[in-house]
Amino acid sequence: MGATVAVLAPPGAATLAALVFGIAGWRRATTWLLPGVAVVFLAAGAVLAVAVGAWTGSVGGAVAAAGVLRADALTAFQLLLVGAVALPAGLALPAHLRAELAAGRASPRGAGRQAMLVALFLAAMAVAAEAASLGLVWVAIEATTIVTAFLVGSRRTRASVEAAWKYVVICSSGIALALLGTVLLQVAAVQASGDPGLDIAALTASAAGLDPEVTRLAVALLVLGFGTKAGLAPLHAWLPDAHAQAPAPVSALMSGVLLAVAFCAVLRVRAIADGALGPDFTRTLLLVVALASMLLAATLLIAQRDYKRMLAYSSIGHLGTAALGAAIGGPAALAAVLLLLAGHGPAKAVLFLGAGRMTQVTGTSRIEKVRGALASQPVVAGAFGVGMLALVGLPPFALFAAELGIARAGLAAGPGVAVATVVALVLVLVSAGALLTHTGRMLLGPAPAGEPTTTPVSTPSSPAPTSPAPASPVPGSVRGAGATATLAPEPVATAPAPQAPAAEAPAAERPAVPAGLAVALVGGLATCLVLGVAAQPLTALLQAAAATLGAP
Amino acid sequence: MNAVFDLACGVLVLSAVLVVWRRELSTVVGLLALQGVALGVLVGVVAVTERSLELGAVAVGLLVLRAGVLPALVRRALAGSPEPPRETRHDVALALLAAAALALLAAVVTRPLVELAPSPRAGAIPVAVTAVLLGFLVLVSRRRALSQLAGFLVMDNGITAVGFLAGAGAGLVTELGASLDVLLAVIVLMVLTGRIRETFGDTDLDELRELRD
Repeated sequence: MGATVAVLAPPGAATLAALVFGIAGWRRATTWLLPGVAVVFLAAGAVLAVAVGAWTGSVGGAVAAAGVLRADALTAFQLLLVGAVALPAGLALPAHLRAELAAGRASPRGAGRQAMLVALFLAAMAVAAEAASLGLVWVAIEATTIVTAFLVGSRRTRASVEAAWKYVVICSSGIALALLGTVLLQVAAVQASGDPGLDIAALTASAAGLDPEVTRLAVALLVLGFGTKAGLAPLHAWLPDAHAQAPAPVSALMSGVLLAVAFCAVLRVRAIADGALGPDFTRTLLLVVALASMLLAATLLIAQRDYKRMLAYSSIGHLGTAALGAAIGGPAALAAVLLLLAGHGPAKAVLFLGAGRMTQVTGTSRIEKVRGALASQPVVAGAFGVGMLALVGLPPFALFAAELGIARAGLAAGPGVAVATVVALVLVLVSAGALLTHTGRMLLGPAPAGEPTTTPVSTPSSPAPTSPAPASPVPGSVRGAGATATLAPEPVATAPAPQAPAAEAPAAERPAVPAGLAVALVGGLATCLVLGVAAQPLTALLQAAAATLGAP
Repeated sequence: MNAVFDLACGVLVLSAVLVVWRRELSTVVGLLALQGVALGVLVGVVAVTERSLELGAVAVGLLVLRAGVLPALVRRALAGSPEPPRETRHDVALALLAAAALALLAAVVTRPLVELAPSPRAGAIPVAVTAVLLGFLVLVSRRRALSQLAGFLVMDNGITAVGFLAGAGAGLVTELGASLDVLLAVIVLMVLTGRIRETFGDTDLDELRELRD
């Protein structure tokens, strides 16, 4: 009973929030809705994780079903991940929208529409995580394309409209390949004994009876198609543009959640393929995809000049690492892959939220235009720096354990895979070096001349950056602190150009960090740290989820 | 019935080839409508031979959507276009050569599918896959936003045809969801085309060069 409610609650709450935003628009009373939806996701994920018996060792198949939805350990994991990223994104959205409204880049109606689209996006993610049939997974993931297209293009500048167009065209055609793959898989299923249809659990169980030739074709198309939405090469080209142009909280969600959920669909397909074809076919396919993605990310990170695109390419690299882990296979590597996705989500959310704030304050997303950010914006830049340390996989954080786990499994998995793992390790190190170099240039050093950073600033707003603590995450107090200090002095008419000179945004005083954003940044970093230091409860769930993905 | 079936298959692939060939966008829209009719008839024939009322309803729905609504949407976007609606960069000989190669590829790739359950209906699968590949070709080779949209629609018609020819019928929920998604994706693309025209002056994606590494 409780589990059934937990299955229905996330898509229900998100849809309800979208309805409220659609009717009431963006108001003071509705600002808390998205964090509320995120909390529902977290609670439902926790209830389901208990229900699948992750901590009692009684891991079976699905624990709860409601019509076309059902939940297993991987579902619980995905819901927790969505909640963990949506909570900081939802907390930071009010401050972001307020700054956009103040700068004249968005209208009040546009703000309401953006919030509605974000809620719809969360609903689609919930359905994708809980869908019982591969067909419904496809529908939900395609729906996210449509919902987020307008979010990517919401600024209506040349670059953002182009990014939205590229996003829709590439993702729609990529996902069309996945539809063809789904159709072919169903053809194979109809011919197999017992006709499992498109039900994922039934397909995985009866995979051995599928026609291998047809299944091979179907799996290749499905991996390519869902891989498009997961940001994997060769159909990755939408990702840097979309992530750089979307509003920061949306970028956080797309990078932390959408890529991970789409990749979980790839993992489900992989489980079916292993049963029907043996491990070799998907292993080769995923290895090629993984190394291509990681190579691409490493080369484009080295000479990157835009810090939002830098974050986007690092997402491609991380998903490539995840694909490598999926290629290696086995319970240890798959659990490490899930830990990688879990560690990547909150870290990337913090980075995108920090980057979005820096863009709003400095007016540019060029790396060379941002210097000495740690001195001029201590909270945001500090969070960005710590988030970057978490992202490149330094020890206290979860990504370290995840990458180590994948590397260990890879080196033990036979000569071919071991060579690929070594190559991948080199690429990971190159990417990490490039990321740290760029970040160091942006954050360290003295603040550039012309910004009133070293001089003591007027008292009312200066204490805010150093102390995010007094703000409880209650939206009431969040609004009070942020509304007075966001970019009010910025001239409204000249705002739309994203390449506006850096000097105009910070006027006489240093803009205080909105409390909602500060809570989101600190909370996201705390999630990263907890995942790395005290991952024990999560480990059981990860292993349970990995067990549902293994071939029998 | 067999003659109608063969005719529908022929029209399906021929209209795809013509979309690859022609550059006048108004012609392309007409071809899209024609292909939609062929797809509807194809599913209709399958419905009659299987005596399935459900499939018959799907056929009517497909006819309305693919032959009516979607081409009409594209035509409306075309009507708002200020300059002569032709594809600018387009090498006909090369495109047709590529089309022939893709038809061969489709025949090779789909062999296991046809052999899985040999029947006249399954025998037409290579034709539908050819349409998918030709749509993809148009999508990646054209620069004009509306041409890319046409390629996307051809690809989708082909995928739907594969589903029904292979006898899967993809399940009513999935088919409904897929059709709705296609419709929404097209509407999103229309809105974006409008915005591109607002900000760039026309819909030629050669103009889209802001974002690069």
